[in-house]
Amino acid sequence: MAAISTTPRQKLGWGAANVFVIALALIPVLWMISLSFKTPTAITASSCSKQSGFFQCFFPAQWTWGNYSQILKTATFVRPLLNSIGIGLIATFISVALASMAAYAIARLRFPGKQVLIGMALLIAMFPIIALVTPMFTIERALGLFNTWPGLIIPYVAFGLPLGIYTLSAFFREIPWELEKAAKVDGATPFQAFIRVIAPLAAPGMVTTAILVFLASWNEFLLAISLTSTISARTAPASLAYLSGSSQFTVPTGPIAAAAVVITIPIIIFVLFFQRRIVAGLTSGAVKG
Amino acid sequence: MAEIVLEHITKRFPDGSLAVDDFNLDIRDGEFVILVGPSGCGKSTTLNMIAGLEDITSGELRIGGQVVNTKTPKDRDIAMVFQSYALYPHMTVRENMGFALKLAKTPQNVINEKVEEAARILDLTQHLDRRPANLSGGQRQRVAMGRAIVRDPAAFLMDEPLSNLDAKLRVQMRTEVSRIQRRLGTTTVYVTHDQTEAMTLGDRVAVMRTGILQQAGTPKELYDRPVNLFVAGFIGSPAMNFLSGTLEDGRLRTALGDFQLSDRLRREVEGSGSGRDVIVGLRPENFEDAALVSAENRPAGITFRTSIDVLESLGSDVFVYFTRGQEQGVSAVELEELARDSGRADTGGSGDTIVARLNASTRIREGQEAELWVNGRAMHIFDPASGRNLSLAGDDDGPVSAPGAAAQDEHAATEADGSVDVQALPGQDGPAGEVT
Repeated sequence: MAAISTTPRQKLGWGAANVFVIALALIPVLWMISLSFKTPTAITASSCSKQSGFFQCFFPAQWTWGNYSQILKTATFVRPLLNSIGIGLIATFISVALASMAAYAIARLRFPGKQVLIGMALLIAMFPIIALVTPMFTIERALGLFNTWPGLIIPYVAFGLPLGIYTLSAFFREIPWELEKAAKVDGATPFQAFIRVIAPLAAPGMVTTAILVFLASWNEFLLAISLTSTISARTAPASLAYLSGSSQFTVPTGPIAAAAVVITIPIIIFVLFFQRRIVAGLTSGAVKG
Repeated sequence: MAEIVLEHITKRFPDGSLAVDDFNLDIRDGEFVILVGPSGCGKSTTLNMIAGLEDITSGELRIGGQVVNTKTPKDRDIAMVFQSYALYPHMTVRENMGFALKLAKTPQNVINEKVEEAARILDLTQHLDRRPANLSGGQRQRVAMGRAIVRDPAAFLMDEPLSNLDAKLRVQMRTEVSRIQRRLGTTTVYVTHDQTEAMTLGDRVAVMRTGILQQAGTPKELYDRPVNLFVAGFIGSPAMNFLSGTLEDGRLRTALGDFQLSDRLRREVEGSGSGRDVIVGLRPENFEDAALVSAENRPAGITFRTSIDVLESLGSDVFVYFTRGQEQGVSAVELEELARDSGRADTGGSGDTIVARLNASTRIREGQEAELWVNGRAMHIFDPASGRNLSLAGDDDGPVSAPGAAAQDEHAATEADGSVDVQALPGQDGPAGEVT
């Protein structure tokens, strides 16, 4: 589109705008990475006064792994990191499994109350979580789910489902219905048709949904901090609030930055790894060219 | 191998619309039956009911003597080829073809054997490990056929399997389908909207319209003895010409001229209670350049002069198009539907252009006045109200009584003087133009 009429001047203008936007988005991230490699003294020292240059201030004068080794040695961070991985994966798996079946039914079947069901799902997705924190806290205390893995997995699944149902029903609608008919005629039961023909074709959709649900539960902070009390169920983002400095009165800026970098890495790997699968449409060749 | 019997099959959709109405058909073991009709006539619904993909509202469906109304598709032992092929894109050709057998828990070595056998029949051996996305349209179509063949089912059901192919490939695959069906001898029900496909492939053809079976018979029967206006207009390419006609003093007055009716036919038409107005149907090949018609044959029809609007020479035949000022256009619900559906401008009621198929040796030129002859004995007469073919009842000597000519053997006449015999024109016996 841009190729229609772009003068070098326009190109330059757009390039500058792009660089500006990217810089705006990346500077906090880079700042965080930079902080995570600084020594505690460098962070607290007033080296970033008006006289010092930008680079002098931005890059650590002295690179150190100290912040990383510190947080990776304390159970305060390592255990929540494991919790995050476990809770995220389990919630994702359950969400995707349930959402695929629900989305398949919504895409394929006509049943009374279908619109109501879709509306309810949308409602749940839109509900402000903060309004639910107090009732959920009480309920989970009563059920003995407070400060346990299931105590977080269940709400994460509940909030992941609407998202999953929406994404997946769009994918299922794209799959030619005739494939299912063909499978039925070939002797498949409805469940076999779903598992062996429909689900593999909806795999890109499932991966997309899985990524979205995983990201949501990985990044979730409000419930994680409200429904946990110890590191036995606390997730990584919540644990950042509990990191302590060398003394009670020091803000642990370096370790927090290092922890933030650590919890960002899995997300980047996750997305890079699955990106190709999301983009590649698997359904090509099912029906006529 | 099995026979399929449809008895009073009716399909009513939840919204109340009637898709198939009291459909009766006996499909014999090993027979190749075509369901044909314009889109929305219920032919695909009928096929889906046989497959078990649609519920039967009422009636009885038997496959191989067993009532299967409530059986799921997997218990009916049928294989289906879909219009879109419906190949599983995540499986290789081999897996696609073996999928049904795998579901049936057939041992892997038997599956391999059957898949390879089917691949040999269909010339797919070198493509077995490719995925559908990497195959051409024709190859995909063959894989879809292969998936049906390996099952060795009681019946094949095919839902417009060739309609996604380009014209050349379609003709080629048509022969292929016919060859495979003959080789395997499996009962086949084939749905198409293409009358050429129907005429060339089927042992028997069932023509449907608005959910109702109009006529079932061999292609020849449908062509020569269509029971109503719809079948007459649907079967044949180019389509039958329709003219309005009026009965007066035992003569049938049309825009082409007056035909002398036989007593039997006159009684039939008069007895039908449809009044004096009828619709006359004449196939393009019932016309001939009058100069090429032998003197013995002339009395069987009438000659008329007309100016030729368009002339198309195909080498083997010549098609001429001309118009006759008709007092009123031919109008019948069935013809309107035909014209609407097929989009063929030359279908009956759409205008008063008449198509005639003449012998290639004609000297007629475009834009000139010419004398044409039309065979009155091949004429069909329809009741405009009901669409019923009035000229069918017990006809043995055709609708027109022409002394001398009626009793004469047409083929003998040709042999005797070598002149062109209308009845023996190419295409007269072959039902459709496009024979491969």
